[in-house]
Amino acid sequence: MSMTAALETRGLSKSFGALTVAANIDFVLETGARHALIGPNGAGKTTFVNMLTGRLPPSKGQVLLGGEDITRLRQAARVKRGLGRTFQINTLFGGMTVLDNIALGVAERLGVAARMWRPANAHDDVRAEALALLATIGLEDDAGRRVVDLPYGKQRLVEIAIALGLRPKVLLLDEPAAGVPSLESERILEVLARLPGEIAILIIEHDMDLVVRLAQRVTVLVQGEVLCEGTPEQIVGDRRVQQAFLGERHG
Amino acid sequence: MSRGGSYAADHRVRAIEWLPWVAAIAAFFLLPDYLPLGARVLTYILFALSLDLILGYAGIITLGHSAFFGLGAYVAGILSARFGVADPMVQLAASALAGALLGISTGAVILRTQGLTQLMLTLAVGALCLEIANRATSITGGADGLSGVTVAPILGQFRFDLFGKTAYLWCLAVLFAGWFLARRLIYSPFGVALTGTRENSARMHAIGAPVYWRQVIVYTFSAAMAGVAGALLTQTSQFVGLNVLGFEPSGELLVMLILGGVGRIYGAFVGPLVFLVAQDFLSKQFPEYWYFGIGLLLVIVVLFAHGGLLGIGDALLARRRR
Amino acid sequence: MEALLSSAASVAFHGAAYGMVLYVISVGLSVTMGLMGFANLAHGVFAMAGGYVLTTALSRFGVPFPLALLLAFGVVGAASIVLERFLYSRLYTAGELPQVLFTIGLVFMAVAAARLVFGSLQQPVPLPDYLTGQVSVLGRDFPAYRVFVIAFSAGIIAALWFGVERTLWGAMVRATVDNRAMAQSIGIDTRRLFMLTFALGSGLAGLGGALGADIIAIEPTYPFEHLAYFLIVVSVGGLGSLRGPFVAALLIGVGDTACKYWLPQFGAFFVYAATIALLLWRPAGLFGRRA
Repeated sequence: MSMTAALETRGLSKSFGALTVAANIDFVLETGARHALIGPNGAGKTTFVNMLTGRLPPSKGQVLLGGEDITRLRQAARVKRGLGRTFQINTLFGGMTVLDNIALGVAERLGVAARMWRPANAHDDVRAEALALLATIGLEDDAGRRVVDLPYGKQRLVEIAIALGLRPKVLLLDEPAAGVPSLESERILEVLARLPGEIAILIIEHDMDLVVRLAQRVTVLVQGEVLCEGTPEQIVGDRRVQQAFLGERHG
Repeated sequence: MSRGGSYAADHRVRAIEWLPWVAAIAAFFLLPDYLPLGARVLTYILFALSLDLILGYAGIITLGHSAFFGLGAYVAGILSARFGVADPMVQLAASALAGALLGISTGAVILRTQGLTQLMLTLAVGALCLEIANRATSITGGADGLSGVTVAPILGQFRFDLFGKTAYLWCLAVLFAGWFLARRLIYSPFGVALTGTRENSARMHAIGAPVYWRQVIVYTFSAAMAGVAGALLTQTSQFVGLNVLGFEPSGELLVMLILGGVGRIYGAFVGPLVFLVAQDFLSKQFPEYWYFGIGLLLVIVVLFAHGGLLGIGDALLARRRR
Repeated sequence: MEALLSSAASVAFHGAAYGMVLYVISVGLSVTMGLMGFANLAHGVFAMAGGYVLTTALSRFGVPFPLALLLAFGVVGAASIVLERFLYSRLYTAGELPQVLFTIGLVFMAVAAARLVFGSLQQPVPLPDYLTGQVSVLGRDFPAYRVFVIAFSAGIIAALWFGVERTLWGAMVRATVDNRAMAQSIGIDTRRLFMLTFALGSGLAGLGGALGADIIAIEPTYPFEHLAYFLIVVSVGGLGSLRGPFVAALLIGVGDTACKYWLPQFGAFFVYAATIALLLWRPAGLFGRRA
């Protein structure tokens, strides 16, 4: 077990004027972890993720990636250092093909995306890698289809594949199965379960079934603060957590 | 619906893509009386192509693209009329450089903004250029325009004749070069990334792409191209007037491009051709009805036919295949 | 020194008149853009239409001046409802480019129509006798009509600000500008609200165009020539705001008048340059809501 956490926050806070959405969050994501972040609506989960990725600057505190302080870095720089994410609502290149969606990320990582002379399709390395990635998630037959023409569940898979194409060390999955009918979400669960062990994964989720099946550790966020942390079994049995979720139905 | 740039798209020129060039050369031999109009069409195709790069591919909406066109036109005119530099290649190079400089300086600041503010800034830059040209009468000729523009023979050999033959072929050659470069860019990884920026800018940021810088680069390239188009106009008409600047030519160019189809290279070919030919025939008889008509056409295209003429063509082809 | 003060007073006065007219015309655009996020580049058409209604009513039908102003407001407002219901509303969710293109198309049509019906020349504005001549204010002589413009505009603006602050309609507008989704979820009929506000804003534009016909000449190219200034007032002032565009309009009115008077060889150069600088410093405008 490495001494340096894959991802860590120290005293991370965010306020909009008098409104505090995140208060002093100390969080550790170990290398190779399967960690879930849960909390009732409005707990500040997405705000937290946006601060991790650089979309939102924190009011206070630090974000460390592999021990390096990345709090000041912009999104693109964090991506280059191995921090990937998926979005809760599909954020895909709708009019483009599935292959291109993945290839765009791969090309950025390989540093060929800025080339202006050689044609894109002459870059066999990019295409081969994108196709290989599609094969691991079972979408190789849809490579030539436009993303807008795919069913929602497959679009969610593309969302994950794009992030994988960047070979992240840390992957933040924002409600990966959100809005997907239960038949298709099984496929997503399989893909998630088969993700490479070296990647540290943090899943933001509402669905407790998924959390119990995938996560080894769970952090509970309520009103911008960490309520408690533990294994899924400990969390499910915890009184305070049940109270926080009073009225919410699980999976 | 976008054409071109993709990691699976064949970049080689398809047979049908030679059609415009064949047609252009045929026109040279078959329609000798219409060569001046033809040169104008070719010039505007180049101008429209430059706009398509930023509008159709990078997704940047601008109301001030005529600023680069007008700058190029005036640079070529001023070089000739005020400094006696008549070599056409030098004029083109100077206009390209001027366009690029204005493009990078305005683009670098404008592209940091979004939405209405960005739109407004493009309009303000365009208005600023018009105002300068209007006031700096000693250099630009002001409202009277700049005459006394001469163009030396190309490569010392090919004189610009009265029938517009040289002008036509010159425009064709320059357009070919511009088309070649633009096409190369669109099919390159950079071009695919541009399309990605248009499709979903947030996602591009999330995959670590330096969106801002890429937009600045394409904006600069497009500005240089528009500048060259402006210079061509000056060279072929041997005059520069204020009508190359301001909101009207920017608006008309948008109409031409939308008419042909945005985000697909040949929309920039079809649009100006149809527009300018129709204008030549119709607007002489009924100038106000013509203007009303293109306004109406734009409204109809926006409401019912987003893809322009090529989009309609696509839809018809798809229906025939069934 | 005396001459400088005198010309400064003159510039301030004429600049204020110009600025007030700009504001009355542009305020509708600010509110509707803040309300529905619709980029309406054809707003100048409404102002022009109001001007034509006024000049036609005065010249051809001998309508009394106050009635002519009212007609400008009413006719343009009513016409805008028709446009909104049948055309504009189809594009609310279409995205920026289609909206921009659509409104440019409307501008082309309006300019052509104006030329066809009224000819290319500026419309003369036959003012009633009681508004011509000079009026003495604080020991100086000013054109009576311009004084009227300032006073009347101030009245309109006061009524508008009162209306937005105190009426139910105004509260709904403010709520929807602030957060449309939230406003809909508490039961505000945003479609009807927008239709009414659009009509009011367009009517005001027509009134402003009519009122300012003496200052901003009524001619077919009106929507092209003055589009930049209307948009500058809105973007520099801040979308959806009432106070911001007022400040912006006065700044532009006085600035433009001052430049054209003291530095005619530069014309509007400084206004555009200042706009660019200001928008780069404050992209949301002086009083804008969204950062």
